[in-house]
Amino acid sequence: MVRAAPNAPSLSLGRRRAYGALGTGLALFCAMLAAGALLVILGYVIVQGARAINWDFLTQLPHPVGVPGGGVGNGILGTFIIIGLATLMAVPIGLLTGIYLALFGRGPIPEALRFLSDVLSGVPSIAIGLFAYAVLVAPLKHFSAISASFAFMMLMLPLLVRTSEQAIRSVPQTVREGALALGMSNFRATVRIVLPTARPAIITALLLAIARVTGETAPLLFTAFGSQFWETNPNNPMATLALQVFTYAISPYPDWQAQAWGGALVLIVAVFVLSLGARLMLRRAMRGLDS
Amino acid sequence: MSVAAAVARDDLLATDDLSAYYGERKAVGNVSIAFARKAVTALIGPSGCGKTTLLRCLNRIHEVGFDARVEGRVLLDGHDIYGNDVDPMAIRRRVGMVFQRPNPFPTLSILDNTLACAGKGLKRRQKIDCAERALRAAALWDEVKDKLRSSPLRLSGGQQQRLCIARAVAAEPEVLLMDEPTASLDPIATAVIEELMGSLTDEFTIVAVTHNMQQAARVSDYTAFMLADADGIGRIVEVDETAKLFTKPGDRRTEDYITGRFG
Repeated sequence: MVRAAPNAPSLSLGRRRAYGALGTGLALFCAMLAAGALLVILGYVIVQGARAINWDFLTQLPHPVGVPGGGVGNGILGTFIIIGLATLMAVPIGLLTGIYLALFGRGPIPEALRFLSDVLSGVPSIAIGLFAYAVLVAPLKHFSAISASFAFMMLMLPLLVRTSEQAIRSVPQTVREGALALGMSNFRATVRIVLPTARPAIITALLLAIARVTGETAPLLFTAFGSQFWETNPNNPMATLALQVFTYAISPYPDWQAQAWGGALVLIVAVFVLSLGARLMLRRAMRGLDS
Repeated sequence: MSVAAAVARDDLLATDDLSAYYGERKAVGNVSIAFARKAVTALIGPSGCGKTTLLRCLNRIHEVGFDARVEGRVLLDGHDIYGNDVDPMAIRRRVGMVFQRPNPFPTLSILDNTLACAGKGLKRRQKIDCAERALRAAALWDEVKDKLRSSPLRLSGGQQQRLCIARAVAAEPEVLLMDEPTASLDPIATAVIEELMGSLTDEFTIVAVTHNMQQAARVSDYTAFMLADADGIGRIVEVDETAKLFTKPGDRRTEDYITGRFG
């Protein structure tokens, strides 16, 4: 490399072009492979799932084996309740921790918090489920939706903490100083001026966190457990869509397996809608910040 | 005019042996300067000479930055704003600030921006009156009176900067600090702001940083020339009435700067 001079290229023009084309081609091939795999999965789920989906499937209770029809209505309701409760718990804790890290983000305690949050985001969800089992299910001696919400909260927290910190930090310092220069307190400047500016990015993070837990199944196995009824009491075992897909998919019955595909399709559509919403919010956030 | 003579004037704000640091780095060193009441004092000097840092010490916004600290005293009406029992928030109410780039609050309406720190506890009607007074003082009222509820981001840069002035004025401070308030504006918007600065001295004591000497000559009553010494520490070279400083500078370095020999 040292001896390379501007007028003495180490490769002829033709060979450089060939290398360039080869690299571009490889990159394109890998990109197609990744996108193709996703499209194949999506297409397969849509083809298989679309057959199972109808109004009854979305609104009815599951039927016993051998009885035709039935649906996953209680699972959809349960998914909403469990994720709703998890969100109610995760948002205040995650947001306030994010504010704390953004405002007082230097020193050993914030660094430790960030590290723990990163570790938590890497803990397998089944381990989180076991933890929820150990602290909420075992002592109370029964499965419950609230223990599942607790596990989901733990899964959502790291994402919320880090992204809300980032969102708050990405608000221009001049805006924050403008508020402080008017005599606002640090906390008031954050809550009244900085947080609203960061709001689209924070909502984006929340939608992504919800999308992340919507498909989670492992922690539910020994927390929410599942139910055959319209269950609305968070203190009782509750059905969720992901659990029903799991139960149906490993069953030996073809009509249940068909319903598992239907459930999977509903889940994918839900996650797709959440991700799309997140992207739209983010785009709005970007537009708001550059002016 | 010496610093001692300046103190004899009717001064609202003065620094006493003020030094400002970023971590270990001393950015402004041992500055003692007084700012005359209801007049415009311009801080001029080449980039990096500590003008902005000095300005930011006058409303205690300097200490907001990481590892930033201040030594010495800043006297507002004779009382040290860095005293032990002084709340920086109370100081910032009395010493308002306008920044180099317009920084309206993006999620608040024009009206709410103006009232961000004013009009608390007033009725709706009185609030709008309060906002109108501030917006008129900032020569912006006629341009925004029909769109008080819309976003400040739809205003031009010059209008945004006047909104920031209105926002600072609405809090009814005694001093108005301006950090190169026209640096990001076109010549027409600049002329409007400069004219505004003249009229604001009816009520406020203004300290304005500028690296534009013509601007200093046009708008200010007094001018302070700052320069970084060999160690990069910003120091005041000379303070005087603007007309005198630009025509008969007392220091060789001032003369070099204003005649364009460096900087």
